[in-house]
Order: sequence, then structure tokens, then C-alpha cells
Amino acid sequence: MTIPYGFIFQFIQLIMALVLSPMFLGWINQCRCWLQNRKGPGVFQPYRQLVKLFYKDAVLAENASPLFRMTPYFLFACMCLAGTIVPVLATNLPFASVADVIVLVGIFALARVFLALAAMDIGTAFGNLGARREMMIGFLAEPALLMVLFTLAFISHSTNLTTIVDTLSHTRFIIYPSMAFAMAAYLMVLLAENSRIPVDNPSTHLELTMIHEAMMLEYSARHLALLEWASSIKLYDYFVIGFALFVPWGIASGSHLSSMLLAFLALFIKLAVAGFGLALIEALSAKMRIFRVPEFLGTAFMLAVLGTLTHFLLEA
Amino acid sequence: MTDLKELNIELNPLPGAIPATFALVNDETLLTTCRTCQENGGRLVAIWATDACYQTSKVRFTLHVALAFSQGLVCLFHPILNNPPSCPDLGDIFLPARRMQRALFDMMGIHFTAHDKRPWLRHGAWPETLFPLRKDADQTLCYPNEHEPYPFIEVTGEGVHEIAVGPVHAGIIEPGHFRFQVVGEKILRLEERLGYTHKGIEKRFESMKWAEGVKLAGRISGDSAAAYSWAYAMAVESLYGHTAPIRSLWLRALALERERIANHLGDLGALGNDGGLAFGLSQFSRIKEDWIRTNDLIFGHRYLMDFIIPGGVTHDVTHLQTIQIQHEVQVIRKEVRNLKRIYDEHAGLQDRFLMTGRIPPKLATELGMIGLAGRSSGVAFDLRTQFPCAPYDTLNINMITHHNGDVAARVIVRFEEIFESLRLIELILAKLPLGGVQSDLPETSSNSIGLGWVEGWRGEIFFAIHTDNSKKPFRIHVHDPSWQNWPAIEYAAMGNMVADFPLINKSFNLSYSGHDL
Repeated sequence: MTIPYGFIFQFIQLIMALVLSPMFLGWINQCRCWLQNRKGPGVFQPYRQLVKLFYKDAVLAENASPLFRMTPYFLFACMCLAGTIVPVLATNLPFASVADVIVLVGIFALARVFLALAAMDIGTAFGNLGARREMMIGFLAEPALLMVLFTLAFISHSTNLTTIVDTLSHTRFIIYPSMAFAMAAYLMVLLAENSRIPVDNPSTHLELTMIHEAMMLEYSARHLALLEWASSIKLYDYFVIGFALFVPWGIASGSHLSSMLLAFLALFIKLAVAGFGLALIEALSAKMRIFRVPEFLGTAFMLAVLGTLTHFLLEA
Repeated sequence: MTDLKELNIELNPLPGAIPATFALVNDETLLTTCRTCQENGGRLVAIWATDACYQTSKVRFTLHVALAFSQGLVCLFHPILNNPPSCPDLGDIFLPARRMQRALFDMMGIHFTAHDKRPWLRHGAWPETLFPLRKDADQTLCYPNEHEPYPFIEVTGEGVHEIAVGPVHAGIIEPGHFRFQVVGEKILRLEERLGYTHKGIEKRFESMKWAEGVKLAGRISGDSAAAYSWAYAMAVESLYGHTAPIRSLWLRALALERERIANHLGDLGALGNDGGLAFGLSQFSRIKEDWIRTNDLIFGHRYLMDFIIPGGVTHDVTHLQTIQIQHEVQVIRKEVRNLKRIYDEHAGLQDRFLMTGRIPPKLATELGMIGLAGRSSGVAFDLRTQFPCAPYDTLNINMITHHNGDVAARVIVRFEEIFESLRLIELILAKLPLGGVQSDLPETSSNSIGLGWVEGWRGEIFFAIHTDNSKKPFRIHVHDPSWQNWPAIEYAAMGNMVADFPLINKSFNLSYSGHDL
């Protein structure tokens, strides 16, 4: 009997998304603290937060509809699914072929729509405010993200992530100028989509400036825990997609245990470095005015388009 | 500027550290004096009333209006002869008077002929027919908290909607309600509702002796403990015609300047944080923490409470401690200078600050703004230079003003005031006169009214103490500069984005507790 390595890898990836994502968030927060000359609560703080929230009793608004209750579970599932189909450790993932990058963008969009609807469900001013802002960011970020993915898809002649990773890391390694543009655009989209500074401030307590947090204000206990967990998985997802697209080295193509361990080590290093990089960006910049966000994401879209054009001009 | 003699009212001097006079007025002279004051660049300081229910005087209610002319403070005493008590509306002459009049009705039951009859400080905790500051109000009764509708002014039109914020906020801040009328992200109108922290401080003062009263005064608005307790002490001293020892006055100034710096440091950090630069918050918080720890070592309290008392200060500062402060001043000056450079050169932060929440000088004058926010909009009032009492009369203070009136201006004024106050601290320590720091008040008070007026970090804090010669106050009125500046925030927010409001509000950083009393 042959061991179904693919299934095992896929399962391990799911577990990793669940377990590693809060730690990754904790690492970013810890780096932010260090950069602000503070001690910081350690990388395990998000786990403690989740445990605390899971132990609490949930409070629901009287007029909450089933949609409001369903959303945290749905969102959590969406983010887990995304984390499972992205090649994080290995490329021979049996389920990866069912969902290419366009479906991946669709999963994120679906999650966004649900969260925005749930935020408006209760009818509070802040939920609406947050949902409105989130949709504004979403409709600007999605085209930019798609253009980035198309650039990569043109290079590897496939929209399938595993094929992209295989092409870039194993078959033919060349320096692609278009990738530089795509990478910059992707970073900007990542900041916007994950409510990081300079687009949104994840640690703010000012309800009028919130975007992502404003949508979650009415949630409590296990619902809030799931949403926070889902946000940290989303952040992790965006990073591992970024690694798969731009720094795929280390991701195992075969089914050897040794290459698997190497892939794991590579991922760890990448996350540590990238998390510090994100914290550095956040420590150095201020949050921009909300009307600068369209300019910011417009720039991201333009960079992504430039990436595609560069590919046709220089690399095709 | 007009001569006070041209006012056609009989001015009598009031003793005390500040140049003050009082005059009896009637409806007509009250209005003409207020108009003259307004037209000549003066300002309204405070409005309050006294109830002589159990006194021998024939007139029960007297309205008091304190005006600042360039020659000094003029207190107008207006006996109210009609029943129910009513007074002419001053709100068209001085815009800040509108809310003060509404509060005065809630507390004392004095009607004004103003259009806006909504309650201001009364939130349904006691019935409309009860006026807590009246002497015959029964303080032992409890009333159920009735919900009363409070009609906000609504804006109508396509796409216009309302956002209600507070009084319970997502962060740990004081309670206040803000009603925004917005279209998309743009604020069309903002209306504040305050009074959630009403504690009955003015009434409480009436049953307190001076030594207790000064403690309460220092706790009215915790960030201005030194300014409040100095204003209270100044009022008590003027009541007795007493002057505190000169060294104690210098030490009071030292405490006041330290308080100013501590608050400016905290605000600058918070402003950076609200702009998304958490680095600013952590740096400024560290400096502020060091600073208030020194307060604790030298003055016995981190926020300088209970240091200033009527007749002096509680304890002296040793020579060793002055050296310690001098050293600290040098360290802090260098660190703040570095941080100022970072703030100035941070494009993202400056983009948030510049042109946000702007109040041009003309509007600021119309609104009657005072204090730090006023100076940032070109309204050059600072009691330390305008009516300097000892030791400020010998210190040659440079008043810091700015003309842009936006968040950036309020940041710049804060930075510059820190440097100026650091300079003052060095001067105070260098020139600190010798002598005692405490004195006893005379047995009997020489006046029936005492005034205190001190430039706190937020603006001028005003105290008026009335006595009936029983060694206890008969009525105490406290006035925080926030009364004048709260309405200005409504204008500052107009036309800005909803998301910028917290930054605008923080740049003013007004007191809720000092306003609601």
C-alpha cells in the first residue's frame, strides 16, 4: 500500500494554518513592541486571548439574524480552506487542483461579503461605517490582487498555484523584472486586506477610525474568538501566498520526509523575517487618511499592470 | 481699547493677586457692558449666580458675569428682581454663554431669554422643577432616573445619516456624546452632549472648609490639579486679603509649569498614536512617566495633588531637589527636541495633522476660544503674560501662538510651550527666593467675594468664592476653560472626515469632568 503523502501534507498544512497563525500574529506584535522600545507580551499572547474568549459567554444583540451568528464559522472555514490549498510545504497537494488563484481571490471576497453583511445586520452606526469602508477597500484591492496573480500566471502559463510554485522554484529559475512590480503591488494589497498600518490600525480603540475592528464590535466570546482567529489565519494565508509566488524556494516538490522538514524550516525562517518586516513597516509609518486609501490601492493596481506589461515587453 | 471709566458703571476694586473690579448692573447696563467688552477684544470668563434665600438681603438671586477687559477682570453683579428669576440673553454677544446659561437654568433655575431651552447638565436624574444649587433644594431626596428625550438638530437630504458616538466609548476615556450628521465620510454637522460626569461639585464645596475644599479643587479635573488648587487658594487668599509667602508662590509656579509639561508630553504621544504612529506614544509616555515620578519624589504626588494650599504650599523643595530638577530639565529638553524632529519630518503624520480640524483666527475670536486651543488659532490670551501675578511678573514669558488653527498648529504650540516651560523652570529655580512656604490665614475674612484666576495647561481656570462670614463658603463657582472650547470642536469637525474626528478631539483634549462638575 502506498502512503497517501499528498493527503497527509494537505492535512498538515491545515493544522499549521490553525496553529501557526496566532503565533505569527504574536511575533509581529512582539516585533512591533521591540521597535517601540517596549517589552511586549510574548509571541503566545494571541493564544491566551483566544482561550480567554472561548471561555466567555457569548452576548448577542436582540435583533441578530442567523447570518450574524453564522458568519464567524463561515469566515473561519473560508480562511482555513485558503490556508489548505496554498502550497506551503509541498506542491503535490491533491486538492490544490480544484482551486486556482482566481478561486482563491473568490474565497477571500466571499468572506469579505459575509463579514460586511454581518456588520450591517445589527444596524449600529459603527458596523455600517466599517462595512462601508471595508467594501471600498475590497473593490480596490481585488483588481490589484488579480493583476498580480495574472502576472505570475503569465510567467508559468497556469493559474494553478502549485504549477506556479513548481515553475518558479524548480524548473527554470530566471530573474523576472515583472516580479518586482508584482511583489510591490502584492505587499500593498496585503497591508490593505489585512487591516494593517498604514491603511487601518489593528490596535486602535477609536471606534470612528476603525475599519476591520468596527465590523467586529458587536461580536463577543467564541464568535469574536473565531473572527480574530480567522483574521490571523488570513494574515498567515496572505503571507504564505506571497512566499509561494515570490520566494518559493524550500517548498517540497517530492514526498520525501527530509524535503518536508526542509520546507518546514524554510517556512519558519520566511515567516520570522517577513513578520519582522511587516512590524518595521508598521512602526515607521502613520495611518493614512481614509481618502488616501484609494490612491494607495490605485498605485498597487498600477504597479501590477506595469508588472504584466513588463512581462510582455521583456520576458515573453 | 476703551477706558473702563467709559462704561458708565461704578467700578469698585477687589483685592487679590489679579487686577479685578466689580460693579452693580441692571438689565440695560449688563448688556451694554458685555457688548463693549466684546467689541473691544475682551472675553467672557464665567457666568454664575448666587441664591440668598436664607440671607437678610432683599434680593434672592444675583447673576454674576465675569468679563476680561485688557485692564483686568470686571465682575458684574446683576440682582434679579423679577419672579420667576429671568435675565437677558448674553448668548448673542458671547457664543460660549449659551451653554453656560442652559447649565445655570438646570442648576439655579434662572431663565434666560434664549431660544435654546434644552437642558444641558440635567440628564433626567432629578426633575425639571428642582434646582440643586438653590439653598432651599432638598438634598436628601432621591429621584428615579427618568429618560427624557433630547432633540438633536438633524440634517436632512439624500444620503445624509446620523452616527451616534458615546457616552460609552470603545477606549477608556471620559463620557461624552457626539452626534454626527454625515454624508459618506464627510461630517456635515456635529453636536455634542455633555454632562454625563456631573457630580455636584459646586454644591459639595459649600459644606467644606478651606483645607478640605482645596483637596476637592485639585480633583475636579485630575490633569490640572496644580492649576485648580492654585486658583482655589488664590480665591481664598483674596477673600482674606492675604498674600502667601513669596517662596511658596514661586513653588506654585514651578508645580504649574511641571503640570503643563506633563500634560503636553502625554498629549503629544497620544496625538502620534491617534495618527497611527505608536512609536510616538511609547516614547512620550516614557518621558512623561519619568517626569511625573520626579513629581512624586519632590512634591509627594505624581499629579501634584494637595501640594498647593491656601496660605502657601505643603512643603518646601530642598536645594538638592532643585539640582535634580535642573538636571532632568536638560535631559528632557534634548529628548523632546529629538522627538519633535521625528514628528516634523514624518510625512505620514504631518499629512494627518495639517489642515485637519481647522479653526481660522476669525472664527476662533467669534467663538470666544481661550487657552491652548485659542492660542493655536491666533487668539493671544495667556494670563501669565496678560495679567501676570507673582512670580510671572518677573519672568518675561514668551507667549506661543500660531495662526493655522489646525491639529498641526496645536501640536506645534504644545511643543513650543514645553520648551518655554522648561526655560521657565530653569529661571524659577535660579531665582527662587528664600523664606517660609506656609502662612496662616487671618481670623476673619475681609471680603464677601474672592476670585482666583490661573492659566492651567488647557487655559484659564476661574474660581469665585462667596462667603457669608461664617468661615465657610456660601457659594463657590468653578469654571474650566473647556466651557469656551467645547463648542469650537463642533466647528473644527465640520467638513472633515469622520475618521479624523478622534484626532481633532484629542488635539483639543478638553475636560469633561471640569465642564460637567
